[in-house]
Amino acid sequence: MKELLGSLPKKFPIPIVVVQHRGKDSEKLLAQLLQDATDLKVCDIEDKDVLCAGTVHLAPANYHVLIDSAYLSLSVEEPVRFSRPSIDVTFASAGDAYGSAAIGVVLTGANDDGARGLAHIVKRGGRALVQDPKTAEIPIMPKAAIELVPTAEVVPLKKLARRLIELSKEDAKVKAGRRTRV
Amino acid sequence: MAVQVADQPVAEGEPEQQAFKPDLERIEIELLLEGIFRHYGFDFRAYAYASIRRRLWKRIEEEGLGNISALQERVLHEPEMMEKLLLDLSINVTAMFRDPSFYVTFREHVIPLLRTYPFIRIWHAGCSTGEEVYSMAILLREEGLYDRSRIYATDINEVVLQRAKAGIFPLERMQEYTDNYIRAGGKQSFSEYYTAKYGGALFDQSLTKNVVFSQHNLVTDRSFSEFNVILCRNVLIYFDKTLQSKVHGLFYDSLPMFGVLVLGSKETLRFMAHEDCYEQIAPPEKIFRKVK
Ligand SMILES: C[S@@+](CC[C@H](N)C(=O)[O-])C[C@H]1O[C@@H](n2cnc3c(N)ncnc32)[C@H](O)[C@@H]1O
Repeated sequence: MKELLGSLPKKFPIPIVVVQHRGKDSEKLLAQLLQDATDLKVCDIEDKDVLCAGTVHLAPANYHVLIDSAYLSLSVEEPVRFSRPSIDVTFASAGDAYGSAAIGVVLTGANDDGARGLAHIVKRGGRALVQDPKTAEIPIMPKAAIELVPTAEVVPLKKLARRLIELSKEDAKVKAGRRTRV
Repeated sequence: MAVQVADQPVAEGEPEQQAFKPDLERIEIELLLEGIFRHYGFDFRAYAYASIRRRLWKRIEEEGLGNISALQERVLHEPEMMEKLLLDLSINVTAMFRDPSFYVTFREHVIPLLRTYPFIRIWHAGCSTGEEVYSMAILLREEGLYDRSRIYATDINEVVLQRAKAGIFPLERMQEYTDNYIRAGGKQSFSEYYTAKYGGALFDQSLTKNVVFSQHNLVTDRSFSEFNVILCRNVLIYFDKTLQSKVHGLFYDSLPMFGVLVLGSKETLRFMAHEDCYEQIAPPEKIFRKVK
Protein backbone atom coordinates (compact mmCIF):
# COMPACT_ATOMS: atom_id res chain seq x y z
CA MET A 1 0.00 0.00 0.00
CA LYS A 2 2.72 2.43 0.98
CA GLU A 3 4.66 1.36 -2.06
CA LEU A 4 1.72 1.95 -4.39
CA LEU A 5 0.70 5.31 -2.98
CA GLY A 6 4.32 6.37 -2.74
CA SER A 7 4.74 5.92 -6.48
CA LEU A 8 1.78 8.05 -7.48
CA PRO A 9 2.42 11.70 -8.36
CA LYS A 10 1.09 14.55 -6.27
CA LYS A 11 -1.17 15.59 -9.15
CA PHE A 12 -2.72 12.16 -9.67
CA PRO A 13 -6.11 13.18 -11.09
CA ILE A 14 -8.30 10.39 -9.74
CA PRO A 15 -9.58 10.56 -6.18
CA ILE A 16 -8.55 7.49 -4.23
CA VAL A 17 -10.55 5.79 -1.51
CA VAL A 18 -8.64 3.32 0.62
CA VAL A 19 -10.51 0.69 2.57
CA GLN A 20 -8.32 -1.21 4.92
CA HIS A 21 -9.46 -3.51 7.67
CA ARG A 22 -8.09 -2.21 10.90
CA GLY A 23 -8.55 -2.37 14.63
CA LYS A 24 -11.11 -0.09 16.24
CA ASP A 25 -8.47 2.05 17.83
CA SER A 26 -5.78 2.31 15.20
CA GLU A 27 -7.10 5.71 14.17
CA LYS A 28 -4.50 8.36 13.51
CA LEU A 29 -1.57 6.02 13.07
CA LEU A 30 -2.44 4.64 9.66
CA ALA A 31 -3.06 8.06 8.12
CA GLN A 32 0.26 9.29 9.45
CA LEU A 33 2.06 6.22 8.23
CA LEU A 34 0.69 6.61 4.72
CA GLN A 35 1.20 10.35 4.69
CA ASP A 36 4.89 9.86 5.39
CA ALA A 37 5.12 7.60 2.35
CA THR A 38 3.31 9.63 -0.30
CA ASP A 39 3.06 13.04 -1.97
CA LEU A 40 -0.70 12.71 -2.16
CA LYS A 41 -2.78 14.22 0.58
CA VAL A 42 -3.98 11.57 3.02
CA CYS A 43 -7.09 12.18 5.11
CA ASP A 44 -9.31 10.17 7.39
CA ILE A 45 -12.81 10.24 6.00
CA GLU A 46 -15.56 12.15 7.75
CA ASP A 47 -19.17 11.93 6.69
CA LYS A 48 -20.01 13.75 3.41
CA ASP A 49 -16.40 14.50 2.55
CA VAL A 50 -16.10 15.55 -1.08
CA LEU A 51 -13.94 13.32 -3.29
CA CYS A 52 -10.84 15.24 -4.38
CA ALA A 53 -8.13 14.69 -6.94
CA GLY A 54 -4.69 14.22 -5.46
CA THR A 55 -6.24 12.89 -2.28
CA VAL A 56 -6.28 9.55 -0.52
CA HIS A 57 -9.49 9.19 1.44
CA LEU A 58 -8.99 6.66 4.19
CA ALA A 59 -11.93 4.65 5.56
CA PRO A 60 -12.28 5.08 9.32
CA ALA A 61 -12.33 2.07 11.63
CA ASN A 62 -15.81 0.71 12.31
CA TYR A 63 -17.71 2.51 9.53
CA HIS A 64 -18.64 1.44 6.02
CA VAL A 65 -17.85 3.97 3.32
CA LEU A 66 -20.38 4.49 0.54
CA ILE A 67 -19.81 6.59 -2.54
CA ASP A 68 -22.60 9.00 -3.38
CA SER A 69 -21.53 10.56 -6.70
CA ALA A 70 -19.34 13.46 -5.55
CA TYR A 71 -19.13 12.70 -1.87
CA LEU A 72 -18.67 9.95 0.69
CA SER A 73 -21.26 8.79 3.19
CA LEU A 74 -20.57 6.68 6.23
CA SER A 75 -22.70 3.92 7.69
CA VAL A 76 -22.57 1.85 10.86
CA GLU A 77 -24.73 -0.96 9.56
CA GLU A 78 -23.74 -4.53 10.46
CA PRO A 79 -20.34 -5.78 9.34
CA VAL A 80 -20.53 -7.42 5.93
CA ARG A 81 -18.85 -10.80 5.88
CA PHE A 82 -17.23 -9.92 9.20
CA SER A 83 -15.80 -6.65 7.94
CA ARG A 84 -16.55 -3.05 8.78
CA PRO A 85 -15.37 -1.22 6.81
CA SER A 86 -16.22 -3.66 4.06
CA ILE A 87 -14.40 -3.40 0.74
CA ASP A 88 -17.35 -5.05 -1.00
CA VAL A 89 -19.69 -2.30 0.19
CA THR A 90 -17.43 0.50 -1.01
CA PHE A 91 -16.61 -1.18 -4.32
CA ALA A 92 -20.28 -1.85 -5.05
CA SER A 93 -21.23 1.75 -4.40
CA ALA A 94 -18.33 2.93 -6.58
CA GLY A 95 -19.57 0.76 -9.42
CA ASP A 96 -23.07 2.14 -9.06
CA ALA A 97 -21.95 5.74 -8.77
CA TYR A 98 -19.26 5.80 -11.45
CA GLY A 99 -20.01 2.95 -13.85
CA SER A 100 -17.24 2.63 -16.40
CA ALA A 101 -15.15 5.30 -14.69
CA ALA A 102 -14.59 3.24 -11.57
CA ILE A 103 -11.36 1.35 -11.05
CA GLY A 104 -11.20 -1.24 -8.30
CA VAL A 105 -7.81 -2.35 -7.06
CA VAL A 106 -7.39 -5.31 -4.74
CA LEU A 107 -4.13 -5.58 -2.84
CA THR A 108 -2.76 -7.96 -0.25
CA GLY A 109 -5.12 -9.17 2.46
CA ALA A 110 -6.18 -12.03 4.68
CA ASN A 111 -9.75 -12.79 3.60
CA ASP A 112 -11.94 -12.66 0.52
CA ASP A 113 -13.50 -9.25 1.11
CA GLY A 114 -13.35 -7.19 -2.08
CA ALA A 115 -13.93 -9.98 -4.59
CA ARG A 116 -17.71 -9.54 -4.81
CA GLY A 117 -17.41 -5.79 -4.94
CA LEU A 118 -14.82 -6.03 -7.68
CA ALA A 119 -17.18 -8.23 -9.68
CA HIS A 120 -19.84 -5.55 -9.25
CA ILE A 121 -17.51 -2.83 -10.55
CA VAL A 122 -16.81 -4.94 -13.64
CA LYS A 123 -20.49 -5.63 -14.09
CA ARG A 124 -21.09 -1.88 -14.15
CA GLY A 125 -18.43 -1.48 -16.85
CA GLY A 126 -15.56 -0.42 -14.61
CA ARG A 127 -12.03 -1.78 -14.39
CA ALA A 128 -10.60 -4.42 -12.11
CA LEU A 129 -6.96 -4.49 -11.11
CA VAL A 130 -5.55 -7.08 -8.77
CA GLN A 131 -2.11 -7.19 -7.26
CA ASP A 132 -0.28 -10.28 -8.49
CA PRO A 133 -0.66 -12.67 -5.54
CA LYS A 134 2.95 -13.72 -5.99
CA THR A 135 3.97 -10.20 -5.01
CA ALA A 136 1.52 -9.97 -2.11
CA GLU A 137 2.46 -10.37 1.51
CA ILE A 138 -0.79 -12.23 2.16
CA PRO A 139 -2.15 -13.57 -1.14
CA ILE A 140 -5.63 -14.65 0.04
CA MET A 141 -7.44 -11.50 -0.95
CA PRO A 142 -6.00 -11.04 -4.45
CA LYS A 143 -6.42 -14.77 -5.12
CA ALA A 144 -10.08 -14.64 -4.14
CA ALA A 145 -10.57 -11.61 -6.37
CA ILE A 146 -8.99 -13.31 -9.39
CA GLU A 147 -11.05 -16.40 -8.84
CA LEU A 148 -14.32 -14.49 -8.85
CA VAL A 149 -13.26 -11.98 -11.52
CA PRO A 150 -11.07 -13.96 -13.94
CA THR A 151 -11.01 -11.03 -16.35
CA ALA A 152 -9.29 -8.79 -13.85
CA GLU A 153 -5.93 -7.41 -14.85
CA VAL A 154 -3.26 -9.01 -12.66
CA VAL A 155 -0.37 -6.63 -12.03
CA PRO A 156 2.75 -7.04 -9.93
CA LEU A 157 2.97 -4.57 -7.07
CA LYS A 158 5.85 -2.67 -8.64
CA LYS A 159 3.89 -1.99 -11.81
CA LEU A 160 0.56 -1.06 -10.25
CA ALA A 161 1.29 2.63 -9.89
CA ARG A 162 2.46 2.91 -13.49
CA ARG A 163 -0.66 1.13 -14.70
CA LEU A 164 -2.88 3.47 -12.72
CA ILE A 165 -1.12 6.49 -14.14
CA GLU A 166 -1.66 5.12 -17.65
CA LEU A 167 -5.32 4.58 -16.93
CA SER A 168 -5.72 8.03 -15.48
CA LYS A 169 -4.39 9.47 -18.73
CA GLU A 170 -6.63 7.29 -20.85
CA ASP A 171 -9.80 8.58 -19.32
CA ALA A 172 -8.62 11.92 -18.15
CA LYS A 173 -12.09 13.30 -18.70
CA VAL A 174 -13.92 10.90 -16.45
CA LYS A 175 -13.58 11.33 -12.78
CA ALA A 176 -13.19 7.86 -11.42
CA GLY A 177 -13.75 6.60 -7.97
CA ARG A 178 -11.03 4.17 -7.17
CA ARG A 179 -10.47 2.21 -4.08
CA THR A 180 -7.64 0.10 -2.98
CA ARG A 181 -7.03 -2.13 -0.13
CA VAL A 182 -3.90 -3.33 1.52
CA MET B 1 -5.86 -10.19 -19.12
CA ALA B 2 -8.88 -8.46 -20.44
CA VAL B 3 -10.54 -5.49 -18.91
CA GLN B 4 -13.92 -3.90 -19.18
CA VAL B 5 -16.14 -6.90 -19.51
CA ALA B 6 -19.61 -5.64 -18.99
CA ASP B 7 -21.56 -8.72 -18.12
CA GLN B 8 -19.52 -10.73 -15.75
CA PRO B 9 -21.80 -13.09 -13.83
CA VAL B 10 -22.22 -11.94 -10.28
CA ALA B 11 -23.45 -13.70 -7.19
CA GLU B 12 -25.95 -11.18 -5.96
CA GLY B 13 -28.08 -8.49 -7.42
CA GLU B 14 -30.31 -7.73 -10.30
CA PRO B 15 -31.34 -10.06 -13.09
CA GLU B 16 -28.47 -10.42 -15.51
CA GLN B 17 -30.37 -10.18 -18.73
CA GLN B 18 -31.33 -6.53 -18.43
CA ALA B 19 -28.68 -3.88 -18.84
CA PHE B 20 -28.39 -1.73 -15.74
CA LYS B 21 -29.84 1.73 -16.23
CA PRO B 22 -28.79 3.94 -13.33
CA ASP B 23 -31.08 6.78 -14.37
CA LEU B 24 -34.09 4.53 -14.58
CA GLU B 25 -33.27 3.04 -11.22
CA ARG B 26 -33.10 6.49 -9.72
CA ILE B 27 -36.55 7.25 -11.07
CA GLU B 28 -37.87 4.04 -9.55
CA ILE B 29 -36.32 4.80 -6.19
CA GLU B 30 -37.62 8.35 -6.17
CA LEU B 31 -41.11 7.11 -7.03
CA LEU B 32 -41.00 4.52 -4.28
CA LEU B 33 -39.85 7.02 -1.66
CA GLU B 34 -42.48 9.51 -2.81
CA GLY B 35 -45.11 6.79 -2.51
CA ILE B 36 -43.97 5.82 0.97
CA PHE B 37 -44.05 9.44 2.06
CA ARG B 38 -47.52 10.12 0.69
CA HIS B 39 -49.04 6.87 1.84
CA TYR B 40 -47.31 6.24 5.17
CA GLY B 41 -45.86 9.64 6.08
CA PHE B 42 -42.25 8.43 6.45
CA ASP B 43 -40.02 10.78 4.55
CA PHE B 44 -36.87 9.10 3.23
CA ARG B 45 -36.67 11.26 0.13
CA ALA B 46 -33.60 13.18 1.23
CA TYR B 47 -31.67 10.29 2.75
CA ALA B 48 -28.18 9.58 1.40
CA TYR B 49 -28.78 7.76 -1.87
CA ALA B 50 -26.15 5.01 -1.87
CA SER B 51 -27.22 3.72 1.51
CA ILE B 52 -30.96 3.84 0.75
CA ARG B 53 -30.32 2.03 -2.50
CA ARG B 54 -28.34 -0.65 -0.72
CA ARG B 55 -31.03 -1.21 1.88
CA LEU B 56 -33.80 -1.35 -0.73
CA TRP B 57 -31.91 -4.01 -2.64
CA LYS B 58 -31.39 -5.96 0.53
CA ARG B 59 -35.16 -6.15 0.97
CA ILE B 60 -35.70 -6.94 -2.73
CA GLU B 61 -33.29 -9.86 -2.51
CA GLU B 62 -34.77 -11.19 0.69
CA GLU B 63 -38.26 -11.14 -0.82
CA GLY B 64 -37.06 -12.67 -4.07
CA LEU B 65 -38.26 -9.70 -6.11
CA GLY B 66 -36.72 -8.47 -9.34
CA ASN B 67 -36.56 -4.69 -9.13
CA ILE B 68 -37.50 -1.55 -7.24
CA SER B 69 -40.86 -1.24 -8.93
CA ALA B 70 -41.85 -4.71 -7.77
CA LEU B 71 -40.96 -3.70 -4.24
CA GLN B 72 -43.04 -0.57 -4.62
CA GLU B 73 -46.15 -2.60 -5.39
CA ARG B 74 -45.67 -4.72 -2.29
CA VAL B 75 -44.82 -1.84 0.02
CA LEU B 76 -47.77 0.29 -1.00
CA HIS B 77 -50.29 -2.52 -0.74
CA GLU B 78 -48.98 -4.42 2.28
CA PRO B 79 -48.40 -2.51 5.52
CA GLU B 80 -46.38 -5.48 6.85
CA MET B 81 -43.92 -4.97 4.01
CA MET B 82 -43.61 -1.33 4.97
CA GLU B 83 -42.85 -2.38 8.51
CA LYS B 84 -40.06 -4.65 7.34
CA LEU B 85 -38.70 -1.96 5.09
CA LEU B 86 -38.80 0.57 7.90
CA LEU B 87 -36.53 -1.72 9.89
CA ASP B 88 -34.20 -2.02 6.90
CA LEU B 89 -34.06 1.71 6.30
CA SER B 90 -33.61 2.78 9.89
CA ILE B 91 -30.26 1.25 10.60
CA ASN B 92 -30.41 0.48 14.30
CA VAL B 93 -26.90 -0.73 15.05
CA THR B 94 -25.72 0.73 18.35
CA ALA B 95 -23.69 -0.09 21.47
CA MET B 96 -23.23 0.93 25.09
CA PHE B 97 -20.45 3.43 25.71
CA ARG B 98 -19.61 3.44 22.00
CA ASP B 99 -16.49 5.59 21.48
CA PRO B 100 -15.40 5.55 25.12
CA SER B 101 -13.21 8.61 24.65
CA PHE B 102 -16.34 10.64 24.00
CA TYR B 103 -17.67 9.75 27.45
CA VAL B 104 -14.38 10.63 29.09
CA THR B 105 -14.44 14.04 27.45
CA PHE B 106 -18.10 14.50 28.29
CA ARG B 107 -17.34 13.86 31.95
CA GLU B 108 -14.46 16.29 31.89
CA HIS B 109 -15.92 19.14 29.90
CA VAL B 110 -19.69 18.96 29.93
CA ILE B 111 -20.52 17.62 33.38
CA PRO B 112 -19.00 20.66 35.16
CA LEU B 113 -21.24 22.84 33.02
CA LEU B 114 -24.31 20.77 33.86
CA ARG B 115 -23.54 20.97 37.56
CA THR B 116 -24.33 24.66 37.43
CA TYR B 117 -27.93 23.98 36.36
CA PRO B 118 -30.69 23.20 38.85
CA PHE B 119 -32.42 21.02 36.31
CA ILE B 120 -30.92 19.23 33.31
CA ARG B 121 -32.71 18.31 30.09
CA ILE B 122 -31.10 15.96 27.62
CA TRP B 123 -32.34 14.80 24.22
CA HIS B 124 -31.10 11.64 22.53
CA ALA B 125 -32.28 12.02 18.93
CA GLY B 126 -32.19 8.70 17.08
CA CYS B 127 -31.62 6.64 20.22
CA SER B 128 -32.31 3.30 18.55
CA THR B 129 -32.60 0.45 21.07
CA GLY B 130 -31.44 2.70 23.89
CA GLU B 131 -27.92 1.51 24.69
CA GLU B 132 -26.68 5.08 24.44
CA VAL B 133 -29.44 6.30 26.75
CA TYR B 134 -28.61 3.78 29.46
CA SER B 135 -24.95 4.71 29.12
CA MET B 136 -25.77 8.36 29.69
CA ALA B 137 -28.05 7.52 32.63
CA ILE B 138 -25.23 5.55 34.25
CA LEU B 139 -22.80 8.39 33.72
CA LEU B 140 -25.19 10.97 35.18
CA ARG B 141 -25.87 8.77 38.18
CA GLU B 142 -22.16 8.31 38.85
CA GLU B 143 -21.70 12.06 38.65
CA GLY B 144 -24.54 12.57 41.10
CA LEU B 145 -26.67 14.42 38.55
CA TYR B 146 -29.23 11.83 37.59
CA ASP B 147 -31.92 12.91 40.02
CA ARG B 148 -32.12 16.36 38.58
CA SER B 149 -31.97 15.20 34.97
CA ARG B 150 -34.65 14.34 32.51
CA ILE B 151 -33.71 12.42 29.37
CA TYR B 152 -35.88 12.47 26.26
CA ALA B 153 -35.07 9.52 24.03
CA THR B 154 -36.61 9.55 20.57
CA ASP B 155 -36.44 7.56 17.38
CA ILE B 156 -38.43 7.27 14.19
CA ASN B 157 -38.90 3.57 14.79
CA GLU B 158 -41.49 2.33 17.32
CA VAL B 159 -40.07 -1.19 17.41
CA VAL B 160 -36.66 -0.12 18.67
CA LEU B 161 -38.23 2.20 21.22
CA GLN B 162 -40.10 -0.73 22.74
CA ARG B 163 -36.81 -2.57 23.04
CA ALA B 164 -35.22 0.48 24.60
CA LYS B 165 -37.96 0.65 27.21
CA ALA B 166 -37.51 -3.00 28.09
CA GLY B 167 -33.81 -2.44 28.74
CA ILE B 168 -32.77 -5.99 27.98
CA PHE B 169 -29.59 -6.22 25.96
CA PRO B 170 -27.75 -9.27 24.64
CA LEU B 171 -25.65 -10.98 27.29
CA GLU B 172 -22.97 -11.83 24.78
CA ARG B 173 -22.17 -8.15 24.35
CA MET B 174 -21.56 -7.49 28.05
CA GLN B 175 -17.85 -8.18 27.80
CA GLU B 176 -17.46 -5.57 25.08
CA TYR B 177 -19.64 -3.11 27.00
CA THR B 178 -17.69 -3.70 30.18
CA ASP B 179 -14.47 -2.85 28.35
CA ASN B 180 -16.08 0.25 26.87
CA TYR B 181 -17.43 1.25 30.27
CA ILE B 182 -14.04 1.02 31.90
CA ARG B 183 -12.39 2.98 29.13
CA ALA B 184 -15.21 5.52 29.32
CA GLY B 185 -14.16 6.32 32.87
CA GLY B 186 -16.80 4.22 34.62
CA LYS B 187 -16.55 4.42 38.39
CA GLN B 188 -18.27 1.23 39.56
CA SER B 189 -18.26 -2.32 38.51
CA PHE B 190 -20.33 -2.52 35.31
CA SER B 191 -22.03 -5.74 36.35
CA GLU B 192 -23.80 -3.87 39.15
CA TYR B 193 -26.06 -2.29 36.56
CA TYR B 194 -27.64 -5.45 35.19
CA THR B 195 -28.85 -8.91 36.09
CA ALA B 196 -29.02 -11.90 33.81
CA LYS B 197 -32.73 -12.36 33.15
CA TYR B 198 -35.14 -13.23 30.33
CA GLY B 199 -32.23 -14.61 28.34
CA GLY B 200 -30.43 -11.27 28.34
CA ALA B 201 -28.94 -8.60 30.53
CA LEU B 202 -31.79 -6.75 32.22
CA PHE B 203 -30.68 -3.25 33.18
CA ASP B 204 -31.49 -1.59 36.47
CA GLN B 205 -34.96 -0.17 35.94
CA SER B 206 -34.25 2.85 38.09
CA LEU B 207 -31.97 4.04 35.29
CA THR B 208 -35.06 4.87 33.23
CA LYS B 209 -36.96 6.55 36.05
CA ASN B 210 -36.24 9.93 34.49
CA VAL B 211 -36.31 8.84 30.86
CA VAL B 212 -39.15 9.52 28.46
CA PHE B 213 -39.13 7.38 25.31
CA SER B 214 -41.20 8.62 22.41
CA GLN B 215 -41.46 8.49 18.68
CA HIS B 216 -40.15 11.54 16.87
CA ASN B 217 -39.16 11.97 13.26
CA LEU B 218 -36.32 14.42 12.75
CA VAL B 219 -37.37 15.04 9.17
CA THR B 220 -41.04 15.81 9.62
CA ASP B 221 -41.60 16.66 13.30
CA ARG B 222 -40.86 19.92 15.01
CA SER B 223 -38.76 20.83 17.97
CA PHE B 224 -40.67 19.90 21.10
CA SER B 225 -38.73 21.64 23.83
CA GLU B 226 -35.44 23.23 24.82
CA PHE B 227 -32.52 21.11 26.03
CA ASN B 228 -29.19 21.62 27.73
CA VAL B 229 -27.68 18.79 25.72
CA ILE B 230 -28.71 17.20 22.42
CA LEU B 231 -27.02 14.01 21.30
CA CYS B 232 -27.49 12.87 17.73
CA ARG B 233 -24.79 10.38 16.92
CA ASN B 234 -24.62 8.31 13.77
CA VAL B 235 -28.04 9.37 12.57
CA LEU B 236 -27.34 12.31 10.28
CA ILE B 237 -24.83 10.23 8.30
CA TYR B 238 -27.89 8.67 6.65
CA PHE B 239 -29.16 12.04 5.43
CA ASP B 240 -27.99 14.05 2.44
CA LYS B 241 -26.36 17.41 3.08
CA THR B 242 -29.47 19.47 2.54
CA LEU B 243 -31.46 17.43 5.01
CA GLN B 244 -28.58 17.50 7.50
CA SER B 245 -28.63 21.25 7.32
CA LYS B 246 -32.36 21.36 7.90
CA VAL B 247 -32.12 19.11 10.96
CA HIS B 248 -29.33 21.28 12.31
CA GLY B 249 -31.83 24.12 12.16
CA LEU B 250 -34.11 22.06 14.38
CA PHE B 251 -31.31 21.38 16.87
CA TYR B 252 -30.28 25.01 16.88
CA ASP B 253 -33.82 26.03 17.72
CA SER B 254 -33.94 23.47 20.53
CA LEU B 255 -30.79 24.69 22.30
CA PRO B 256 -30.42 27.72 24.56
CA MET B 257 -27.26 29.77 24.45
CA PHE B 258 -24.33 27.56 25.55
CA GLY B 259 -26.42 24.46 24.98
CA VAL B 260 -24.37 21.43 23.94
CA LEU B 261 -24.69 19.47 20.69
CA VAL B 262 -23.03 16.06 20.31
CA LEU B 263 -22.49 14.35 16.95
CA GLY B 264 -20.99 11.00 16.01
CA SER B 265 -17.22 10.69 15.94
CA LYS B 266 -17.01 11.00 12.13
CA GLU B 267 -19.53 13.79 11.68
CA THR B 268 -18.93 17.51 11.32
CA LEU B 269 -20.75 20.81 11.11
CA ARG B 270 -18.66 21.79 8.11
CA PHE B 271 -20.65 23.49 5.34
CA MET B 272 -23.75 23.59 7.53
CA ALA B 273 -25.58 26.89 7.74
CA HIS B 274 -25.16 26.81 11.51
CA GLU B 275 -21.46 25.98 11.51
CA ASP B 276 -20.48 29.39 12.87
CA CYS B 277 -23.01 29.27 15.67
CA TYR B 278 -21.06 26.62 17.55
CA GLU B 279 -17.62 26.13 18.98
CA GLN B 280 -16.10 22.70 19.37
CA ILE B 281 -15.43 22.16 23.06
CA ALA B 282 -12.67 19.57 23.10
CA PRO B 283 -11.49 18.36 19.71
CA PRO B 284 -11.34 15.75 18.33
CA GLU B 285 -14.54 14.80 20.16
CA LYS B 286 -17.59 16.08 18.36
CA ILE B 287 -18.97 18.09 21.26
CA PHE B 288 -20.14 21.58 20.29
CA ARG B 289 -21.44 24.50 22.27
CA LYS B 290 -23.89 27.03 20.90
CA VAL B 291 -22.24 30.44 21.06
CA LYS B 292 -24.58 32.56 18.99
C1 LIG C 1 -27.19 3.91 13.73
S1 LIG C 1 -28.49 4.31 14.84
C2 LIG C 1 -27.66 5.35 15.98
C3 LIG C 1 -27.91 4.93 17.41
C4 LIG C 1 -27.13 5.69 18.47
N1 LIG C 1 -27.38 7.11 18.44
C5 LIG C 1 -25.65 5.40 18.36
O1 LIG C 1 -24.89 6.26 17.90
O2 LIG C 1 -25.24 4.32 18.69
C6 LIG C 1 -29.48 5.40 13.85
C7 LIG C 1 -30.89 5.60 14.40
O3 LIG C 1 -31.49 6.75 13.77
C8 LIG C 1 -32.85 6.50 13.62
N2 LIG C 1 -33.41 7.38 12.59
C9 LIG C 1 -33.26 7.31 11.26
N3 LIG C 1 -33.97 8.28 10.66
C10 LIG C 1 -34.57 9.00 11.64
C11 LIG C 1 -35.44 10.12 11.64
N4 LIG C 1 -35.84 10.68 10.51
N5 LIG C 1 -35.87 10.58 12.83
C12 LIG C 1 -35.48 10.00 13.99
N6 LIG C 1 -34.66 8.93 14.04
C13 LIG C 1 -34.21 8.43 12.88
C14 LIG C 1 -32.90 5.04 13.24
O4 LIG C 1 -34.18 4.48 13.49
C15 LIG C 1 -31.81 4.44 14.11
O5 LIG C 1 -32.30 3.91 15.29
